[in-house]
Amino acid sequence: MATASPQRTDGRPAPTPQPTLGESLRRNGVSRRGFMQFCAATASLMALPPSMAPAIAAALESARRPSVIWLSFQECTGCTESLTRSFSPTVENLILDTISLDYHHTLQAAAGDAAEHAREEAMHANAGEYLVVVDGSLPGPKANPGYSTIAGISNYDMLMETVADAAAVIAVGSCAAFGGLPKADPNPSGAVSVQDLIKDKPVINVSGCPPVPMVITGVLAQYLTFGKLPELDQYNRPLAFFGQSIHDRCYRRPFYDKGLFAETFDDEGAKKGWCLYRLGCKGPMTYNACATMKWNGGVSWPVESGAPCLGCSEPDFWDAGGFYDALSVPPGRSGDMLLAAGAAGVAVGTGAGLLARSKARTAEKQHETVTAEQLEEKL
Amino acid sequence: MTAMEFLMLTKGPLFQAALAVFALGVLVRLVEIFALGRAHNYAAPRGSAVAGGLRTMYKRFEPNPGTFKAAPFDVVVGMVWHIGFIIALLLFIPHVELIKSTFGIAWPALPNPVVDAVTAITLLGLIAALVHRLAQPVKRFLSTPEDYLIWGVTFLVMLTGWLAYHRMINPYPLALGIHILAAEIFLVVLPFTKLSHIFTAFVARYYNGAIFGRKGVQS
Amino acid sequence: MTEAVLTPGADLPERGTEQSAGSFSLARGLNALREEMDAPVASFFSSCVHCGLCATACPFYVETGDPKYTPIHKLEPMRILWEQEFTFWGKLKSTLREKLPLEKWGLDKLGLDKLVGGKQVTDAMLAEWEPLLYDSCTMCGRCSMVCPVGNDIHYMIRKAREGQVASGHSPEGLIAASVRAVNTGSPMGLKWKTLDVQIKHVEQSTGLEVPIDKQGADYLVLLSSMEIINFPEYLEALTKIFAHAGVSWTLSQQCFEATNAGIQIGSKDIAATLVQRVVDAAEALGVKNVISPECGHAYTAIRWEGPNAIKRAYPFKVFHIIEVLEQLRAEGRIKTEGKEDDRLSMHDPCNLARKSGVIQQQRNLMDLVADEFVDLKEHGKMQWCCGAGGGVSSNERAEELKLAAFKKKKAQIEEVEPDRMVTMCATCRTQLEEGLEEYTMDIPVVGLTELIADHLVESDDERVTSKE
Repeated sequence: MATASPQRTDGRPAPTPQPTLGESLRRNGVSRRGFMQFCAATASLMALPPSMAPAIAAALESARRPSVIWLSFQECTGCTESLTRSFSPTVENLILDTISLDYHHTLQAAAGDAAEHAREEAMHANAGEYLVVVDGSLPGPKANPGYSTIAGISNYDMLMETVADAAAVIAVGSCAAFGGLPKADPNPSGAVSVQDLIKDKPVINVSGCPPVPMVITGVLAQYLTFGKLPELDQYNRPLAFFGQSIHDRCYRRPFYDKGLFAETFDDEGAKKGWCLYRLGCKGPMTYNACATMKWNGGVSWPVESGAPCLGCSEPDFWDAGGFYDALSVPPGRSGDMLLAAGAAGVAVGTGAGLLARSKARTAEKQHETVTAEQLEEKL
Repeated sequence: MTAMEFLMLTKGPLFQAALAVFALGVLVRLVEIFALGRAHNYAAPRGSAVAGGLRTMYKRFEPNPGTFKAAPFDVVVGMVWHIGFIIALLLFIPHVELIKSTFGIAWPALPNPVVDAVTAITLLGLIAALVHRLAQPVKRFLSTPEDYLIWGVTFLVMLTGWLAYHRMINPYPLALGIHILAAEIFLVVLPFTKLSHIFTAFVARYYNGAIFGRKGVQS
Repeated sequence: MTEAVLTPGADLPERGTEQSAGSFSLARGLNALREEMDAPVASFFSSCVHCGLCATACPFYVETGDPKYTPIHKLEPMRILWEQEFTFWGKLKSTLREKLPLEKWGLDKLGLDKLVGGKQVTDAMLAEWEPLLYDSCTMCGRCSMVCPVGNDIHYMIRKAREGQVASGHSPEGLIAASVRAVNTGSPMGLKWKTLDVQIKHVEQSTGLEVPIDKQGADYLVLLSSMEIINFPEYLEALTKIFAHAGVSWTLSQQCFEATNAGIQIGSKDIAATLVQRVVDAAEALGVKNVISPECGHAYTAIRWEGPNAIKRAYPFKVFHIIEVLEQLRAEGRIKTEGKEDDRLSMHDPCNLARKSGVIQQQRNLMDLVADEFVDLKEHGKMQWCCGAGGGVSSNERAEELKLAAFKKKKAQIEEVEPDRMVTMCATCRTQLEEGLEEYTMDIPVVGLTELIADHLVESDDERVTSKE
C-alpha cells in the first residue's frame, strides 16, 4: 500500500499556518481524558494492542491538519448526514473540524465560481498531499456526462482532475465505493464507482449506505496517525472495520443457531428478538461494523431495532433480490416454470415411453416361436 | 463479473434453468418407465401386489441382517451419508426457506451446528464410499466413469455448502454462488444418470414388492 | 451404425455358418430381449447404483469371490439394449456419440465415450454372457431380496435367458433337456412305461390303488422325472397319505410330468408347450386341482408362469404337495403317531419359499413329525440356494460352479449340525445329497412327504374300505 505523509515535504509555506490536531482539540475544549479514550477506541478498532493508544495520541497531537477535498457526485447526501449528525460533541466530528475541509458542497459557505475556486486553490496549495473524499457514483467516461455535472463540469472530468495530484482517495458510501443505487439495474446514467476509474492512486472504500460515522473518522484517524493507508480487504475496505460479517457478530446469532426465527415483523418471535434470517436478513453475506459499533452514538443498529440487514455495505446489494426474502431464496417465482417444465417432461416422457412400448410390441409381433426342432439343430 | 453478480446469476437464471431441466428430465424418466407398461398376469394371486409393493417401498430402507453381516461397511457408510445428505438437504434452515419459496411448503429445521456436524460426517462418509468403491473388488469391477462422475457431483454439493457455511471461500456471495452452482450441476446431472435412483428406486421397490407380494412373499 | 447392427437380419460375423435360415441369430436374440422390456425392467435398470450388494446375496459370488458373478452384471447386455433403445436419454446419447468427434478431442481415452453411448450388444457379447446367465445363476432370487433400490434381478435374469435362447447362446444340457421334454414328455426321456412299472410296485407294497385317469377326481397329481428315477418313495408316500386322508386323486397317462425345461432354459414357447400338456390333461379329466410334486421349478412353472405362457387363466387351482399336506393337516385329516427323535433341519427350495411364499406350511408339517427341528439361520424367504436350481443341474458345464455354490449351503448346515436334512424338491435333494457326499458329511437327506407318510396312524385299511 502506498504511503503518503501528511507532513509537507516540499518546504513550500502553507497558505495559512495550520494548527496541529492537539492544539485544535484543546481549543475546542476536548479534555485529555476524552482524547485518550478516543485513541484507545481507535486502537481497538484497528485491532492494535491498547499499548498503542499513547502512540496514536502522540501521532494525532502532532499531526497537522491535512487538506481534504470532498466531492459529491450522484449521491443522496446521506453519507454526509451520517457524518455530521453524530451526537455532539464527539471526538469524531472534532476530528473533522480539525481537518481542513477545503471543499464540500453541502457544508461550505461559498457557492458557484467561488466554491470551484476554493477547490482549485486547495489542489494547487497541497498538490500531492491532499486527500480526496468522494461520495456518490458518477457517469462513466462512455456515459452521457449530462446526467451529473457541477458548475458545468462533468463528474468524470472533475474527479480525474482533482485526483491527479491527490495523495489518496477515500470513497465514502456504497455509491462511491461500488456504484450504489444509481448503478442499480438498468443503470440509466451509466454509473461507475471511483475504483472503476482510479487505478494509479490508492483508493480506500468505506462502504455502507450510509457508512457508520465512526468508520469514516476512524479511517481518517488511522491515516493521520500512521500516515499510511490501512490494511484492506478484497474490496479495498479497511479490514479493521470490514473484517467480520454482521452475522458472525450479531447478538441475535444464538437464535439462528437454535433455529428460532421471527416469521413476520410482529409475531412472537419478532417480539422476543429472534433471528431475522427468514425476514430477509443479509447479515451472513454482509461485512460491516454495525453489529459492534452500532449507530447514533452506540444506541442501536438496524437488526437491534427489528429490521433485517439489507447488506448495504456489499457490492451489488441493490440488485441482490428482495430485501425481505431470505438469502437462500431465489429472485422471482419458479412455480409456473416448474409446471411448464413438468408438463413438458410428462409429454416427452409419454411420447418416448409409448415409442419404447411400441418397440416391445413390434418385437412381439416379429417373434419367431422357439421350437424343439430348432433347438435340436443346435445339438 | 462481481461475486454478487455471480451469486445472482446462480440464484436467478441458472437456478431456473437447472430446475427446469431437473423437472423435465425426472418426469421424462418416470413417465417413460410407466408408459412401457406390464403384461397382464393370468396367474391367480396368493397375496396383494399393491400391499406388497407399498411395503417394499419402505422396507428396503432397512438392511436385512444377512446383508449387514456380509457387508457392514457398505450398509453403515451408505446409510450414514445418505441420511446425512437428506438431513443437510431438507433440514438446513436456508434450504427450508428455499423450498418454501419454490414449492410453498415448509417444515421445522435443525439447528445449524447440528447440520454442520452432519455435513462433516457426510463428507467423510462420501470419501469412505469412494475409497471403498476403488478398493472393493465388486464395486471396482462394476464401476463406470458415470459412477465416479456422480460421486464427484454429490461430493461437490456437500463440500461447497460446508465451505460456504464456514466462510472458507471469500467473499461470501462467491462461496454461496459456488454452492448453488454445484447444486444446479447436481440437479441437471440427476435425470441423466443413476442419480435418478433417488426417484426411480421407489418405483423399482414397488414393482419388486408387487411381484413378490402377488406370490405371497414380503420382499 | 447403431441401427445397422441392431436391425433384424443383419449379418453376423460369428457363428454365421452354423445358423441356417429361420434358426437362432443375434437379431432374433435382440428381438426376444426387446419383447421382454417392461416397466419393472426399466425401473430396475434406472435405479442400479452399482453398489454391489447383490453379490453378497449370491452363492456363486460368495463362494468364488469372482466379481463377474455379481448378479446385476449378468444383465449387462440387456441393460445396454434397454438404455440404447428404450430410453429417451439413451437414444440421445447414441446420437451424440455418433455426431461428436470424441476421438478427435481425445475424450475417448478419458472414458468419456463410455459416458456417452456405451458399447453395443454383439453376438460375441451374448456368447460371453451365456455362462454368467446359466452356469452361475439358479434364479434363486436372493439378490432380489437384498437390493437396496429394490431391483428384482431374478425377474430380469429369466427374461434375459429368452434372448440367449433366441440368439443361440444357451447351454447344450438345457437344450437337450428341452428337446427331450417336448419330444418325449420328460426332460430325462422317461416314458409312461417306466412309471407304470413303479405304480405296480407301489400298489404291491402298499396294497393301495394308484388311481389313473380317474375322471372328476379332486386332484391331478403330477410327478417329476427326477423323482421317479431317484426318489420312487415319493409316489408311495403320497399314495399312503391320500388314502389315509381320503383324498380323491389321479394320475394322468396323458401327462405325468410336472417339470418344465422351458422356464429353465428361458423359452416361453417351450414352456407354453409343456404347460399346455398339463392343462389339457387336467381339463380332459375335469379335475379341480393340480398338485405339483416335490420339485421347485415345476411349481413356479405351473403355478406362476404357466397361465402367462398360455395366456389364459386356468379352470383349476395349482398347489404344491406341501400346501395340500398342510391343508389336510389343518383340517385334521392327517393322523400321525410317534416323532423323529434325531435333530432335523430343513432346506427351503427357493422356488417354493422365496418365490412362492410357501414357508410356514412345511414347518407346521415338521412339527407334526419331528421332536427336534432346528431351522437354518437364514431360512424361508432369505434361505440360501442349494446351487443346482434354475437349470444349473441340467447343465454339465456348470458342474464345478454348482459344487462351489453348494459350499454356502454346507456352511449353513454346519452351523446348526443336524443329523438329517429335510427338503421338498427333488433337485435340491439331489444336490444336497451329492454335495454332502462330496464333502464327506454324513447327513442323510429326506423328503418331507415321505417323513409324513412314515408316521401315519395305521388305520389305512379302514379308510380304504370306507372309501370303496
